[in-house]
Amino acid sequence: MKEEIIIAGFGGQGVLSMGKILAYAGLMENLEVTWMPSYGPEQRGGTANVTVILSDSAVSSPVLDTYDTAVILNQQSMDKFEGSVKKGGTLIYDPYGINRLPERTDINIFKVEAMEATFDMASSKTYNMIVLGALLAIRPLVSVESVMSALKKTLPARHHHLLEVNSEAIHKGIEIGEKAKKDGIVKK
Amino acid sequence: MKLADIRRPENIVSCKPRLMNDKNMHYCPGCSHGVVHKIISEVIEDLGMEDIAIGIAPVGCAVFAYNYIDIDWIEAAHGRAPAVATAAKRLNPDKMVFTYQGDGDMAAIGTSETLHAANRGENIAMIFINNGIYGMTGGQMAPTTLEGMKTSTTPYGRRVDLNGHPLNITALMAQLPGTCYVTRQSVHTPAAVRKAKSAIAKAFKNSMEGRGTSLVEIVSTCSSGWKMSPDASNKWMEQNMFPAYPPGDIKDVTLNEEK
Amino acid sequence: MTSEKKSINDSMEDEVRLMKGNEAIAHAAIRYGVDGYFGYPITPQSEILETLEAEMPWETTGMVVLQAESEVAAINMVYGGAATGKAVMTSSSSPGVSLMQEGFSYIAAGELPALVVNVMRGGPGLGTIHPSQADYFQSVKGGGHGDYHFIVLAPASVQEMADFVGLGFDLAFKYRTPALILADGIVGQMMEKVVLPPFRPRRTEEEIRRQCPWAVTGKTADRKQNVMTTLELDSYKMEENNERYQRTYKEICRNEVRYQEYMTEDAEYLFVAFGSIARICQKCIENAREQGIKIGLLRPITLWPFAYDRLGELSKQVKGMLVVELNAGQMIEDVRLSLKRDIPVRHFGRMGGIVPNPSEVLEAFKREFIQEK
Repeated sequence: MKEEIIIAGFGGQGVLSMGKILAYAGLMENLEVTWMPSYGPEQRGGTANVTVILSDSAVSSPVLDTYDTAVILNQQSMDKFEGSVKKGGTLIYDPYGINRLPERTDINIFKVEAMEATFDMASSKTYNMIVLGALLAIRPLVSVESVMSALKKTLPARHHHLLEVNSEAIHKGIEIGEKAKKDGIVKK
Repeated sequence: MKLADIRRPENIVSCKPRLMNDKNMHYCPGCSHGVVHKIISEVIEDLGMEDIAIGIAPVGCAVFAYNYIDIDWIEAAHGRAPAVATAAKRLNPDKMVFTYQGDGDMAAIGTSETLHAANRGENIAMIFINNGIYGMTGGQMAPTTLEGMKTSTTPYGRRVDLNGHPLNITALMAQLPGTCYVTRQSVHTPAAVRKAKSAIAKAFKNSMEGRGTSLVEIVSTCSSGWKMSPDASNKWMEQNMFPAYPPGDIKDVTLNEEK
Repeated sequence: MTSEKKSINDSMEDEVRLMKGNEAIAHAAIRYGVDGYFGYPITPQSEILETLEAEMPWETTGMVVLQAESEVAAINMVYGGAATGKAVMTSSSSPGVSLMQEGFSYIAAGELPALVVNVMRGGPGLGTIHPSQADYFQSVKGGGHGDYHFIVLAPASVQEMADFVGLGFDLAFKYRTPALILADGIVGQMMEKVVLPPFRPRRTEEEIRRQCPWAVTGKTADRKQNVMTTLELDSYKMEENNERYQRTYKEICRNEVRYQEYMTEDAEYLFVAFGSIARICQKCIENAREQGIKIGLLRPITLWPFAYDRLGELSKQVKGMLVVELNAGQMIEDVRLSLKRDIPVRHFGRMGGIVPNPSEVLEAFKREFIQEK
């Protein structure tokens, strides 16, 4: 198994920490993992992205130009990464703030309305966990249990009271992801 | 009476300190360095610090201090003695670490290291030889060169508008909360030597008692650089250097403690 | 690149972690029993000092951690600490490492074991904060004044960032020659699974006196004074000192050349790349082989001493070499010096903080070796 993932959106959406929790969950499941933040001129303009690689064998390049799965959370990222999804790969996007829908027909495209869902949540800071839940529903790369223990490990003890609300967000995301799956692949 | 009969231990009235070895000094006649070396050797002996003393030698005339005083030494790059001393002391808190620096080392190229080591209150002693000139490289201007003083790079005398003011780094160091003892001494008379010796002893003791940084400035002569006889140098120092750099204690936190 | 599978159970929990390369350096230093770290913040490596300050090793192992007032002070603290026989280190990034070059020369001349980490960023000048490998010349050809070398280790993974702390110190003490970990912003900033080395106690004063009889530890009655100096005005003696340094360097060249090969057995072409760029080349080779192009990779792990002999052998096997670096062409000079057969050796590099992706590297390869025919 080897999954090369790009998660891309605005800075402040929690893209980097979502990637970190996904990578940590992979670690809990004994996978080889690499987390590579956007680290180049593309950082300008407030966009942030992170490459996460989960693999059961050693990971070669941390820098990639094609991905099995792309999680896209703003228009700039859509423009940049839609073409980088491998044929037959997966593109998950949040339609909030997207004004040009993905056009590829050779990949699986899922629309997850995560931003919409945060409006019902107690904290808007759980956005990235909703997206993570949706990703896991569509691409079950790691178990929810591993994600929860990863959260527990990465959150400092003083923030452990937030585990509950994060868990809620992840389950909300799974719901949205399941719905997206049922709605089927987005066709233009 | 034979010479051997005279040279008996019980007949000794004065001798060179045990820690000073027999190498011929490279210092010029009339130079203050030799006297300060002797004082340091005596103090280390008196305090029984031979096996815990670590000296940090500078770049400048005293670069070869390690050739004369028989303790362990580290020779630092120019100006970096306080940084070298910082690490030596922090990693070896049971050692007595002191720097020996000239005016260029301490107050020009190494000003940053000097101020920051003192500002951190490193438990080190700094011996600062201030003769207002760069002796080793042939008599160029030092940061402490007096206004109007002739050097090879201020051949018509130091001009404040061209070369800036003489830097009184010792007064500056006294302002820092990290320093515990800041004093200015000289070694041109027997009385001055005795005072300088007790100042250095206090600085070395402070280092071991964890009080912070001690600075002992020795206002010194450089007969070769000043182009004067040793005797004239001493007089010139009293008349010209002392008004700018007056001897005496500037700061001593141990006095307050005693009160 | 190769990492042994280890299961995570409770007893391993502390050792297997997900962390940035910079953080791994800090944790590995504490665990190795390093006595002191002295450094000044600079992007992209400030996590090393930050992690050390957060871990507070002075409370546990007794390790000294100090934020110096400048890189100049930091490297001279390393010089002073190393002179007392302690295991001391610093870290910085390119502009800061330039400031340290005087200290490098003194540490090498003093034959002092010490470890420096350079997480390179794009230069020259203040440059960018993004990854670069443009300090290759500075690291392997000198940088400071005089004839000297550091043992230069180039990590390609977070695991190697952790491992090379111990390796660097081991080599530094074995040969009384400083070691340099030459990393780039990619390995510094990315997170990977890392197995941290076990805790070792710091050496006792007795052990240091035994291991480093030259160390400035205070002159006891049983020995002569120890003086750490790099000044020798007698040119005959200074030449002898230089000859002694060179003997050590020759021995290091004989014993310590390290490199890794990937798919070289049947390779018709060869990539030569170090650090994280070697991993990009590895991915590129995977893609090329799907297209039937047989490329292999030699990744120098020690940049000094350099794998001249092995590259010379490979020059008899392959039709051409592409040296891929994040610079304008530096290691390529050493690759060319290695050749035992006249084959084309070309360079592909990006500069200023730009990192090429695997496709770009493959395109560059094809441009140089396939399309021209």
